[in-house]
This record gives sequence, C-alpha cells and structure tokens, in this order.
Amino acid sequence: MNKVLMQGNKIIGEAAIRAGCRFYAGYPITPQNEIPEYMSERLRQEEGGVFIQSESEVAAIHMVIGASAAGARAMTSSSSPGISLKQEGISSMAACELPAVIINMMRGGPGLGNISAAQGDYFQATKGGGHGDYRIIVLGPDSAQELADLTMEAFDLADRYRTPVMILADGMMGQMMEPVIFKTPKPRDYPESFIMKGAGAGKSKIIRGLILDPLDMEEHNWTLDRKYQVIAQNETRHELYKADDAELILVAYGTGARIAKGAIKRLRDLGLRAGLFRPITLWPFPTNELRDLAKKIENFLVFEMSTGKMVEDVRLAIQGRARIGFHGRPGGVVPTPVELANVVMRKYDRKEGIIDHY
Amino acid sequence: MMVKTIFSGFGGQGVLMMGYALAHGAMSAGYHVTFLPAYGAEVRGGTANCTVAVSDDEIASPIASKPDNIVVLNAPSLLTFQNRLAPGGALFLNSSIIAVEPSRHDVRIFKIPSSELAEKLGNPRTANTVMMGAFLKITGLVPPDIFLSSMETVMGSKKKSVIEINHKAFAAGYEFLKIAE
Amino acid sequence: MMKKVFGRPRSMKKNIFHYCAGCGHSIAHRLIAEVIDELDIRGITIGIPPAGCAVLAYNYFDVDMIEAQHGRGPATATGIKRVLPDRIVFSYQGDGDLAAIGIAESFHAANRGENITVVFINNAVYGMTGGQMAPTSMLGQKTTTSPVGRDIVLDGYPIQVSEIFSLLPGTAYIERCTVNSPASILKTRKAIRKAFQYQIDGLGFSLVEILSPCPTNWKMTPIESCRWIDEVMSKSFPLGVLKDLPAAEQKQKRGEQTP
Repeated sequence: MNKVLMQGNKIIGEAAIRAGCRFYAGYPITPQNEIPEYMSERLRQEEGGVFIQSESEVAAIHMVIGASAAGARAMTSSSSPGISLKQEGISSMAACELPAVIINMMRGGPGLGNISAAQGDYFQATKGGGHGDYRIIVLGPDSAQELADLTMEAFDLADRYRTPVMILADGMMGQMMEPVIFKTPKPRDYPESFIMKGAGAGKSKIIRGLILDPLDMEEHNWTLDRKYQVIAQNETRHELYKADDAELILVAYGTGARIAKGAIKRLRDLGLRAGLFRPITLWPFPTNELRDLAKKIENFLVFEMSTGKMVEDVRLAIQGRARIGFHGRPGGVVPTPVELANVVMRKYDRKEGIIDHY
Repeated sequence: MMVKTIFSGFGGQGVLMMGYALAHGAMSAGYHVTFLPAYGAEVRGGTANCTVAVSDDEIASPIASKPDNIVVLNAPSLLTFQNRLAPGGALFLNSSIIAVEPSRHDVRIFKIPSSELAEKLGNPRTANTVMMGAFLKITGLVPPDIFLSSMETVMGSKKKSVIEINHKAFAAGYEFLKIAE
Repeated sequence: MMKKVFGRPRSMKKNIFHYCAGCGHSIAHRLIAEVIDELDIRGITIGIPPAGCAVLAYNYFDVDMIEAQHGRGPATATGIKRVLPDRIVFSYQGDGDLAAIGIAESFHAANRGENITVVFINNAVYGMTGGQMAPTSMLGQKTTTSPVGRDIVLDGYPIQVSEIFSLLPGTAYIERCTVNSPASILKTRKAIRKAFQYQIDGLGFSLVEILSPCPTNWKMTPIESCRWIDEVMSKSFPLGVLKDLPAAEQKQKRGEQTP
C-alpha cells in the first residue's frame, strides 16, 4: 500500500470519497477550508458526486439531511462556530435516525475565538450539542492515519446505527501534513428500505421527528436510548500507551494525546513511569476500561487543550477510586511535551501521589 | 533523533515548498515526519512559515518552540525566529537580501547568497532550492538524491527544464558551502 | 353505470383535515394532490412539510415525505433533488417558514435555480403559534405581537417574496394566486400544475404563492376572510404571474420567427 504525505483536511476528504461519500455541503471557515476545496474537486470527478457550497452552516446540514434521506453517503464539515450553527440539523438527524458524518476541526472559543487548535467543544460534541434527548458517536483521531481510518469508519458506524457521527479533531490536525496509508474501505451495507426515493406503486413513507403524543415520544426516546446503549457496548475504543508498568496515567485525546505521548517519553527518561489512556471514542466514553485501570493505578492526570471538559467524564468513570489531576491550556495554545512533563513532575509526589488544587 | 526546522520568508519565495519537499524526502527516507504551515488571515501578503519535524520515532508535537534549525529567506523572518533557535542550532540565511546581522552568537550561522546564486543560474525563483542544497549539506537530514526526487514529486512538474534548473540550483547551494568551509 | 366526477385524489390519505374551518391549507393540499395524480408522479414525488400549521401535511399527502426544521425545507429539498434528480421534490412552506426564519434557505435555493417546486402559503399571520405577526402581515394589521397594528417604524414592511424572487435569474416560474373563490381556486390549480410541469421539464425553481385565509387568527368569519384577501391583502400582494421564463422565451422566439 502506498504511503503518501497529505494535509489532515485533505486526508479527511480523500478518506470520505474512498468510503463512498458522494454528497458534501459546507460553508468555508478556517481552519478547515481545505475540506470543502478538496471535496469540490474530487466530487466533480466522481459519478453521481454532489458538492454544494451552501449559503450557511445551517443550510449545509439540512442539505445533508436531504441527501442522507435520499440514500447518499453524506458529509459536512466545519470548525467550532459553524458546528454550533449545525446543531439544529444534527438534533433533527438523531431524531429521524439519519446517517451522516460531521467533521469539527476545533478552534479557540467561545465566540469567534481564534483559528488555532483547541479542544473546547468537547461538551458540545459529546453531551448532545443540540436540543433534546439524544447522543451522537464522537471520534477523536490523533494522527493523519487515524483521520483516514476513523473518517472511513465514521460512515460505517453512521449507517450501522443510523445516526450522525462526528469526527472531533482540531485546527492543527487539519493543517498538519503527515504520512498516511489509505486502507480499503468496507463495501456499504445500508438497507434500501430506509431510503426515501418516492413511493413507487407502494405505500408512502414518512421521515419525521415530530411526535406529538408524549407517550409515543417517550417510546421513541427509549428506542433511541436502547440504540445508544448498544453503541456504548459495542463501539467503545481507546488506546493504552506504556500503561503496563505505569505509576501514573495521563488521560488525553487528539492533539492533546500526541503532546502527552511526548511528555511520557521525557518523564520516563526522568525516572517517572508514566503511561497514557487515550479515548478514541469520546462518546461512547471508555468508562469501564478507565475504571478497570483505576483498580491498579492510583494516579491520573487529565490533559486537555481546554479549561477542563473531558476531566468530568474521567471523574465519572473513576468515581473516587484514584487521584485525578488536571492540566489545561485553552484558547488555542498547544503546549510542548516538555511543559506537560514539567507540570506532571510538579504535581506528582511519589509519596503523596497527585496533588492537584483544581 | 528528532530534528525540527522552521522555514520562513515572504509569501511567494517558496517557503512552504521547501518544507513540503523536505518532509516528503524524509518520509521517503523512512522517517516519521510532520509538516505544519502557519495558516489563517495573518499570513496573507506577509511572511509565510512552516515547521518540519523529522524523527526516527513517533512525533508528539509538530510545533517547534525551540527549533534545531531555522532557514530564513528575508529579514523579518530572521527577526521573528532567531531567538527561538536552540543553542548550538543552525541558522541559514539568505544573505542576498538580509542585510541585518543575526543577534545570536551561540548558534552556527550559514550565510548563503541564495538569490544571487539563483539569478546567476538564470532563474531567481530557485533561491529556495539553492537554500535547500546548503541546508542538506550541513544537516544531512535527507540524502540529496532522495530529496531531489521528492522535490520533483511535490512540484508535480514534468517539465524537464524545470527539473534541470532545480537540480542545478540545489547543486549550487550544496557546493557553495563546501567552498566556504 | 354512473361516471365518477369527483373523489378523493389518489395522492391523498383518507384522513380528515385538522385545519380550522375556512382555512386555505386544506384546499391547497387537495390541489397539489390532484396535480400529482394528473401528472402521474405520485410514485416519484417527495414532499417536505414545514413547521407551522401544515407540519402534519404528511398525514394527508400519500407521497413520500420528510420533515424539515423550521424554514429549512428548500435546503433539505436541495439535498434530495441533487441526489435523485429524476424525482419530483416539493417544499410546502408558510410565510414564517419561508419569509422569516427560512428566507436564506429559500432565497438561495431559488438563486441556485434548484429544480424544485415551492408552494408558499401566505396568510399574513403565524397560525400554529397563535396569531403572531408574520413577515407578510399587513401594515396596521393587529396580531398578538402587534397589538396596536403592524408599525413600519417598529416592524418594517410586508415582504413581497414573489416579486423579490422573480428578480433572481435562477427562478423559472413564479405566480401569486389565492383560494378565496371557485374561480381563484381553479386558477391556483393551474399554477400548481404549471409549477410541477416545469420541474418535470427541468426548467428550474418554481414557486406558487397562495394568499390563504386564516379566519381563526384574523378573527373573521370565513366569508369575511375571503373578502379581506380581495380588499386588503391583494392590494399589498397583487395577484398574477410574476415570472414565466419559459413562456417569455417562447414568446421571444415566436417574435423572431414572424417577420
């Protein structure tokens, strides 16, 4: 297989095309502009490919809804402020059980914030984002290779569970070039019966999320929830790095996890046996796996490029079974592995364990 | 081994191309590599820069807070980046258009009149390739033949004349430092 | 044997309309269903109901239908039509849906010349939410959010969607009709048929605006409502064909042929 050097945003585009994505609608926003640019060129070359530069993020997500209902593998992408605008449609897709892939190349926020890499959208992505009682699958790649692999997998997951799937990466992942190998995607397996294409001679179909009777709506909510439980059971992914002999575990995802890996090498050079727990699915969060780790390891330190969001999921998972520290760099600051290593050394006392005033 | 290099200059001087070609060459030579361009509104019409990390192990951060090398093609870039250079690092500057002297005395400084050398070859736009010849001569990060074939790949040009002039430019930079030493 | 001269259109479900007495929605629904039958496109038609009184339109139309969030119908329609260009896609929208919260989606779908049909019900008021001011409310019209009447200074002017959209080069056919009399209903039926036919012919964006009575929120009897459309509403929203690009082109061609 061919290894190529590609920019993150373009990797997502190429992986999507290879996975059979034939519909993209989006609105330019830095730092992910290369995705719509790439899709405009590639979809032009594909049989049945549709690219639309929409008038807004809102329009884009609703175009994706239409395309998804009509049976296309569909995708939209944006960065933080644009993802806020898309929430109406994401909630609608969850309600109507429509598959689609949404890319968020996070930037600094709140508000317009800036265009640097940040991880402040964790709650928005994993805790619903839009209104109502729903979940979406959220994947947090940490390398060019995972951008490709997880984008392809996102389409499969979206189809399998008929749900929106979000790739949660950041501006640095989008702009960075790294070698990547595109794997062969699985063939699409999506029942015709879900596709809206006109009733033909048969019975007409309705796709809707409006359910006026509270008891019926409740039943729909529980149906969705049962699906989310199946997803949580079957689709949770994480990576352990140098965790076997670790006395301290860093918990980080995406770009944060890359920095943490660098810090861990330094810490080990300094004699501190540190390891990494990296959630790959941010929802479903690898709760049980983290809890199991807390049975044998007493000290955890969560690192995020935010003021602390995922740390709450870590606390929920560990439930007081271990000490949990936190280090955050919000606002688009990407700290060096050296800084993170120094912070860990400062916060970790071999006798006392993690000392954190957060 | 982990080597991080920042390339910087005016937009249009081929700064991103230098980094991209180096990154591609390093990948071809079997290294882990990242290439990170500066992006967004602040780079329009001003300076462009990119960071290339080359390592024989996984690369944690593609950002260089203390780069091992900096390659600057204009004076503003020198002023912006010289203080970040790691002590003992290598500073490559385009002496054809940078009149200011570097303020660092704890680094190795290589002055290459890359614009003049390129002009002598008949194509001033190859000043970046001249610089890469000098850069690879000193750092030895990627063997010249691998780099040159990577450059052809990333430039995407099949024109023989373009390839030839770039080979000459690379050689001029490579030879220049041999003479100077 | 007797000949059947009137019946339920095949493209309508056997459900009883929930609309108020004298409301224009049920007439508009029926006209659309009749046209779908007549053009024999039931099996390839996909409809999009709005948010508003007609949110449950899928309970009446016996064609495939997908709900859209408030105002987003034309965006959803765009997604469907681009993926399935040989299907007939229509979006059914009220004045709040089209001219307020969804003006951007509607305007840009029209400007892109999406080959879809929009049926635009203009009743100058927000029906489902209880009679609040609409972007198309008349100047001076009292609503639950304009208790002393729509005021230019506070609220601006009634938006003339059809006039504005007819300026867009992407639109093929735009007509404003009403359903306040048997004659006007027949005219509206023709307009809807033309709009769908143009879509079948691939001519681009078509829109039929229907001035539609809302006796409940206008606080009038159905008869007064029908009169109010003639006497008040159609003064701000003149009836007629605002754009018929194919017809205009035909005329031009014929003009060139005759010396």
